[in-house]
Amino acid sequence: MQTTRIGCGAGFAGDRIEPAEDLLRRAGLADLVLECLGERTIALAQQRRLTDPGGGYDHRLPARFERLLPLAVEHGVRVLTNMGAANPLAAGRVTRALLDRIGARVAVAVVTGDDVLGEVDLDAPAWENGIPLREHGEIVSANAYLGADAILPALDAGADVIITGRVADPSLFLAPLAHRLGWDLGDIATTAAGTLVGHLLECAGQLTGGYFADPGHQDVPDLANLGFPLADVAADGTAELGKLPGTGGLLSRATVREQLLYEITDPAAYRTPDVVLDVRAVTVDEHSRGVRVAGARGMPRPDRLKVSVGYRAGKKVEAEISYVGPNAAARAALAGEIVTTRLNGLPLRAEVLGGETDCRLRVAAINRDDAVLEAIGDEVESLYTNGPAGGGGVRVHIGEVLGIASTLIPRELVRPVVTLVETADVAP
Amino acid sequence: MLLHDLAHCRAGDKGNVATLSVFPYDERLFPLLLREVTAERVREHLAEFVAGPVVRYELPNLAALHFVCHQVIDGGVTTSLALDTHGKSLSSRLLSLPVNAAGDVTGRTATR
Repeated sequence: MQTTRIGCGAGFAGDRIEPAEDLLRRAGLADLVLECLGERTIALAQQRRLTDPGGGYDHRLPARFERLLPLAVEHGVRVLTNMGAANPLAAGRVTRALLDRIGARVAVAVVTGDDVLGEVDLDAPAWENGIPLREHGEIVSANAYLGADAILPALDAGADVIITGRVADPSLFLAPLAHRLGWDLGDIATTAAGTLVGHLLECAGQLTGGYFADPGHQDVPDLANLGFPLADVAADGTAELGKLPGTGGLLSRATVREQLLYEITDPAAYRTPDVVLDVRAVTVDEHSRGVRVAGARGMPRPDRLKVSVGYRAGKKVEAEISYVGPNAAARAALAGEIVTTRLNGLPLRAEVLGGETDCRLRVAAINRDDAVLEAIGDEVESLYTNGPAGGGGVRVHIGEVLGIASTLIPRELVRPVVTLVETADVAP
Repeated sequence: MLLHDLAHCRAGDKGNVATLSVFPYDERLFPLLLREVTAERVREHLAEFVAGPVVRYELPNLAALHFVCHQVIDGGVTTSLALDTHGKSLSSRLLSLPVNAAGDVTGRTATR
């Protein structure tokens, strides 16, 4: 039976780069996916785009691609990534420029259409709390989760590097699998199987023993050299999960089952733009060379797509001070009382973190008034000379908060577009 | 005995909903987990952190219990005031749940 090999070279925006280099060099991949776009990342990126029209893509894209694309070109591996974030076209031009510089004639395609700020109904209630979206604060972004159907035209056009904004994470994997294996996205069995593979791979090292170790209890070898996962997927949808020999980590029935249920709120109905996945009958069989998964089932794809809406939620202050030694917890608690008394009714959270003899008072608040935020930081800092004995190590951090609320949009209002980026100097 | 002696757990988050999946090291202990780790006990154990209902899904095929916890008090990631804005630490908190394993545990507990 025909099979294809796909790997995951990043599971979040800040992920390590060497494991992807290793996959490109040694794994014989057909496709490598770099999943770098968290729920909130796109709202942050949208903010950067507001101040810099040429920005708004993943700011680590140049560094990541500088190291990975030369290897991908050398080894003939197609690369798919959502590092386009809030500005996939700008990301495409940067990528084109990089490839031109190394003399690589491979084709770059960009998928857009996820930005639905103009289409989404802001009077609709947010999923999370039932409050209309526009009442959350100034809206800065609204991005629909596109599916594999939005990516496929880029693959059919022969693109070697595909850059998207918001797409559902599993769709980044399903699209190349469908393209390689000749699957019709209307076929629920294979679409469910490909979605399962994507769901398992999308967090990269979390499948291969990252986020699993509990020393002396469940040990994972050589985490400093954690290998990222790959899958050999057959035309019938069964997948053999593996990682490269010589890498650290652990790929087992236990690590795969943890990732299988990760962030799934209904095991019978995990909704993606491509399918409603049912994982209840999935089998996970560990053998000497890896782990085999099969048995994904599904129901037809939803009529509406999820939209993440970013809004300005004010700023957050976090201020901390340490107390150690005998009676430290009591001194930290007293410090908290002093701060809350002096700030007299301001909404904030004060808590003592740590043990009885080594602990830290932490005060946190979200507010739209800079003066209030600064006052909270100042009160914690002034504990140095006005608070309990022995306080030290004050840190105060104030940063902007972008909230995320979710809603749904009818599929027909979302129009994905694929653009081949042939020169690096097209105007934005 | 604590749940930590018998099982591992993974937390995930979707907005202010936390998911917690629990897996026994020895899959023969799945019936013990079914008996001991009820939705009601999880809700009580995490009452300080979870305000809403806790729903338990049973996945015998995977020897897994999957808990979906609604209205996580510090949840929402972006607007949470907690240090752990994702609620990642809920998995370890759940593993501190006491379980009555008398008569059930004969073989291995923590593995690997």
